[in-house]
Amino acid sequence: MTLAIAVAGLHKSYGEVHAVDGATFEVQQGEFFGILGPNGAGKTTTLEILEGLREADSGEVSVLGSSPWPRKPELMKRIGVQLQASSFFERLTAREQIRLFASLYGIGPARADELLDLVGMTEKAHTRTEKLSGGQAQRLSIACALVHDPDLVFLDEPTSGLDPQARRNLWDLLRDINGQGHTVVLTTHHLDEAEILCDRVAIMDHGKILALGPPATLVRGLEAPTRISIESGSVSEVDAQALADPDLEVTDDGISLTIATRTPAKVLAALAERNAMRGLSVRGATLEDVFLSLTGREFRE
Amino acid sequence: MTRGLGSLSRVMILGFVRDRTAMFFTILFPLMFLVLFGGLFKDSGLSKSEVLQIGPVAMFDQMPAADRADIGQIVTLIKVDDREKALDQVRKGDYAAAVEQQGGNVVLHYAAADVVRSGIVRGLLESMVQTSNLAAAGVSTPAFTLDAEPVEDRSLKTIQYVTPGILGWAIAVGATFGAAMTLVTWRQKKILRRLRLSPVPTSSIVGARVAVSLLVALVQMALFVGIASLPYFGLKLSNYWWMAIPLVVSATLAFMSIGLLAGSWAKSPEAASAIANLIVLPMAFLSGSFFPLDNAPGWLKNVSEVFPLKHLNEALLGVMVRGEGPGSAMPAIGILLGFAIVVGTIASFLFRWDDV
Ligand SMILES: Nc1ncnc2c1ncn2[C@@H]1O[C@H](COP(=O)(O)OP(=O)(O)OP(=O)(O)O)[C@@H](O)[C@H]1O
Ligand SMILES: [Mg+2]
Repeated sequence: MTLAIAVAGLHKSYGEVHAVDGATFEVQQGEFFGILGPNGAGKTTTLEILEGLREADSGEVSVLGSSPWPRKPELMKRIGVQLQASSFFERLTAREQIRLFASLYGIGPARADELLDLVGMTEKAHTRTEKLSGGQAQRLSIACALVHDPDLVFLDEPTSGLDPQARRNLWDLLRDINGQGHTVVLTTHHLDEAEILCDRVAIMDHGKILALGPPATLVRGLEAPTRISIESGSVSEVDAQALADPDLEVTDDGISLTIATRTPAKVLAALAERNAMRGLSVRGATLEDVFLSLTGREFRE
Repeated sequence: MTRGLGSLSRVMILGFVRDRTAMFFTILFPLMFLVLFGGLFKDSGLSKSEVLQIGPVAMFDQMPAADRADIGQIVTLIKVDDREKALDQVRKGDYAAAVEQQGGNVVLHYAAADVVRSGIVRGLLESMVQTSNLAAAGVSTPAFTLDAEPVEDRSLKTIQYVTPGILGWAIAVGATFGAAMTLVTWRQKKILRRLRLSPVPTSSIVGARVAVSLLVALVQMALFVGIASLPYFGLKLSNYWWMAIPLVVSATLAFMSIGLLAGSWAKSPEAASAIANLIVLPMAFLSGSFFPLDNAPGWLKNVSEVFPLKHLNEALLGVMVRGEGPGSAMPAIGILLGFAIVVGTIASFLFRWDDV
């Protein structure tokens, strides 16, 4: 497999702020790659360097085999970008907007309309972009990024502002695109999204990549406990403590009683025996726990 | 080098036509001024049916009373002695013409721009001279001949004067604001950044803006000249009016460079609009767009030389209504293009793709 992106020792500072502080990673062609991290982690800055919008202070960057800085029109034809803040021409309708972007790449209006349909925006084709809702603007912006069938797609928080249904639709769309062989790089705050979509993720904080790998591997490597919740009062707290591992806590917030354990099968069997399974939910470790264990902080402060 | 030029021009035109504020300030607002000035002071250029007689003029002095009454229906003769003052008054357009006798010649001084009135006076005098010659005992050598001699003309009818000035101002507003606003809003709304992510070259972005600004300026010109030429306003274009086209084109480039400078410097559309206003409005006043600068103090006239609009206005007046030849516009075109290059270069150094 060839590399779509290769980055080594990337640094970028804004004055005192080290926005990107020595990031190193590679993305294979055809891969679905996620960059995860809290606000200000340096995700957007990293993408901007890959897209050729900013020059790195130092480090090696190669995108589709060439350096993105200085800007090369030939490379631009092969990448598609959805910016974190949508950027539309003033006073144009959704359809005029995407047709314009298509024409900038020498693509006809038919393909533009097709993409508008693909992101479920046909109904809003004649609405001025200023009047679109946040989620609709987001969908249009993604459609504009995909209109020229780019080999490599950069999406900066594509699902922020989308309702659950639109989010799921977009996931399907992105999986399709990736399935057709396009490389996708996205940033997100939603750890669940990264787990569902990405072949591999990079967890980023303060400009550094803290962990890199398939989500399942990262989670498994953590050996984090599973959390089993049942309705409060189903078993006494003393009983519950006896079921849990000795070093892990049992919490009761008055609504649910949560038992943390590394041997969920044993605990579930014991609960079943006591007929104390009302309101049962089992939550395994997630990327959120990975982040917590890497940084000692909750993902969302 | 021209990828996207057509589509970008198209969206700029759409954006402009759909922007009511821009349409108002570049087209309707100046047009209101034109109609106001041209209509309100429509007749002020016509109160010049009087002819000054400088010193004795035998032909008039010896005229029989009946003839004098006949002529009185067309012109009023006013006797004066101060020749310089009389010529100056004709120059300013206070009187239609001045007549004096120099030996055997009757000399007529008139203002060339007021074609209609000077034509009447000239025709009248010519026939009078003929008659007088015949009356002078029917000799074959005429006793008098008429020399018609235009004085430097400042006696334009109001609409003749107002049209080039207001047109110049409208073009200045359109080109300056067009360039400044596109630059600032496209930068602020991340459109420039988005275009940088497409294979479109910078030359297409600049080219589209220039093309659309030129189009807007030429539409303004067609509209303003068309309306001023309506019989009600009565603008008469002179032979070389088409020289106004290269003038307008080079002036548009000069004004765009001002707009680009304002747009590169300003951080928000509000700031860009304030800066552009701060430049364009004083420039319009000091360039004689609204009223002539003839009576302004000398230092103010010198200051006004730095404004491209001043040169545009003067050259437009020259070729559109004063009947000056095509060559007369060349210095102004040179100055305007030079201004565009210098200021445009400064602006390109200040240019930023992004806010930060
Ligand atoms: N243009 C800029 N000038 C100065 N500082 C900047 C600039 N852009 C980003 N930063 C700083 O760099 C750091 C990284 O910013 P970046 O936008 O890359 O974060 P992010 O991971 O994309 O955050 P978010 O999840 O909020 O989008 C932040 O501390 C930010 O304040
Ligand atoms: Mg970001």
